[in-house]
Amino acid sequence: MSESSSNRDIQVLLNGIWKENPVFVQVLGMCPTLAVTNSVRNAIAMGVSTVFVLVMSSMLVAMVRKIVPKQVRIATYILIISTFVTIVDYVIKAVSIPVYKALGPFIALIVVNCIILGRAEAFASKNTVYRSVLDAIGMGIGFCIALVCLGGVRELLGNGSFLGVPLFGPYYEPWVIFLLPSGGFFTLGAWLLAFSLIKERKARRAAQEQEQSV
Amino acid sequence: MSVGTHAIDIRTSPHIKGQLTTDTIMLHVVYALLPVTAFAVFVFGLSALLMILVTTGTCVLTEHVLCKLAKKQTTVRDYSAVITGLLLALCLPPAFPLWMAVVGGVVSITLGKALFGGLGMNPFNPALVGRAFLQAAFPVAITTWAPAFWPKVWSIERFTSIMLPTVSLPFMRPESVAAFIQGVSLDGLSGATPLAKMKFEHQATPLIDLFVGMTAGSAGEASAFLIILGGIYLCARKMMNWRVPVSILVTAAAVSGAFYLSDRQAYPTPMFMLFSGGLMLGAVFMASDMVGSPMSPIGIWIYGALIGAVTVLIRLKGGLPEGTMYAILLGNACTPLIDSLTQPRIFGARKKAVKP
Repeated sequence: MSESSSNRDIQVLLNGIWKENPVFVQVLGMCPTLAVTNSVRNAIAMGVSTVFVLVMSSMLVAMVRKIVPKQVRIATYILIISTFVTIVDYVIKAVSIPVYKALGPFIALIVVNCIILGRAEAFASKNTVYRSVLDAIGMGIGFCIALVCLGGVRELLGNGSFLGVPLFGPYYEPWVIFLLPSGGFFTLGAWLLAFSLIKERKARRAAQEQEQSV
Repeated sequence: MSVGTHAIDIRTSPHIKGQLTTDTIMLHVVYALLPVTAFAVFVFGLSALLMILVTTGTCVLTEHVLCKLAKKQTTVRDYSAVITGLLLALCLPPAFPLWMAVVGGVVSITLGKALFGGLGMNPFNPALVGRAFLQAAFPVAITTWAPAFWPKVWSIERFTSIMLPTVSLPFMRPESVAAFIQGVSLDGLSGATPLAKMKFEHQATPLIDLFVGMTAGSAGEASAFLIILGGIYLCARKMMNWRVPVSILVTAAAVSGAFYLSDRQAYPTPMFMLFSGGLMLGAVFMASDMVGSPMSPIGIWIYGALIGAVTVLIRLKGGLPEGTMYAILLGNACTPLIDSLTQPRIFGARKKAVKP
């Protein structure tokens, strides 16, 4: 009994990373995904701040889920989320001004990131604090992975570097388009294509195995 | 079941089919492009020839591979990929690095055509999609122009040696054309295009040079005369709608004429606008792409007017010296809208009564 429940908890955690990845499967949170992934550093900063806000607000939403009246629940969620976003805003400003300038208005826009509000509404408001935090961590890690995937490709091609370290020597010709917004769309499209290819292949293999077992 | 067994043979429309097939039309477009291509090779030498071969080869190969990946019959034989490759090479600078040209060819066919479902489904001209990608990806290389007829008009050197930027290593920064020209000890030759000279140095190029093609610029845009010749050939064979180039050129002349009359010192003459840069090549060979242009005559006039006006506005008021590419892409994007607005009324149908 206890084993199966812990198994289910792990499932909740893994769900956000692969099966329901917020970016590659649910295609949520496109605004920060496309806007701030022109370098790996920005992608990581955005990912970490989102994870913090997501985990903290999911926890708080799950705590108050029984005392908030249904009619005002969205307003309550927004209030909770924006509290944590304000904290993140000040922390980033204190830690690194360049990152703060690069992320610009997108820090404040974490408030309306649909992943956070979506998890609060779809999961945290219906589950225990423990499971909500697990779900938030899983979703956050999935979001981070996706951002780094995009930021990695865009920085590699657009700047010839990874995390600011030049990889291809001084004569590399950068593909400027990958630092521009259009490059973000191209990269996201290519990743979505890759992920759906993998998924399709997996599903086909599963179907074949089922046929063989029957 | 053979046809003869039935008293009445029932088939779906169309009952009368034209003789022209896609392959034939495309082949004739290639013929019309050949003089322009040959002249580009004559003006810019071996580098231009290599670039034309590379882009055409890349486009055809990409098309073939993508068809194989999609498990469809290969559509290489309809010559549309050849045209895309030729047009892409003709609208690139002659000393463009070959590895970038390969990128352009792959992008043209994949993003410009295959993703939308192949020939006939593409909303934009594939060659221009590739060029727009290259313009955004490598803004320096695509505005580095090699001089025409280096070192002299009738010299063999152009055809025996390659301009250094052409053969730069993949993913590496190309050599600068200026350094190359100094290396072969030429002085007094500038690779600036007539449009750039006009925009940044305020210096007009003689009209006859523009018409015959004695100027620097993209590989295929040099000679207005040969482009017009190819256009007339296609129009005479009814493989191209004459309204497309005519409407573009007339509007461009009218808009730039209005600018010229408002201030003769600041703005170039309409004739200069018509014969410089890529407007002629774009109007005749790119905007007239059957897939991306509207169907009704009125629609085509609107489409051409839009392209002509936007080209002139970008050239005179925008930051770039040349705007034909963006103007045509914008025209392509507006085509479905124009088509739906200018759809002819079905014969016998009445106008919808306006509801009170």
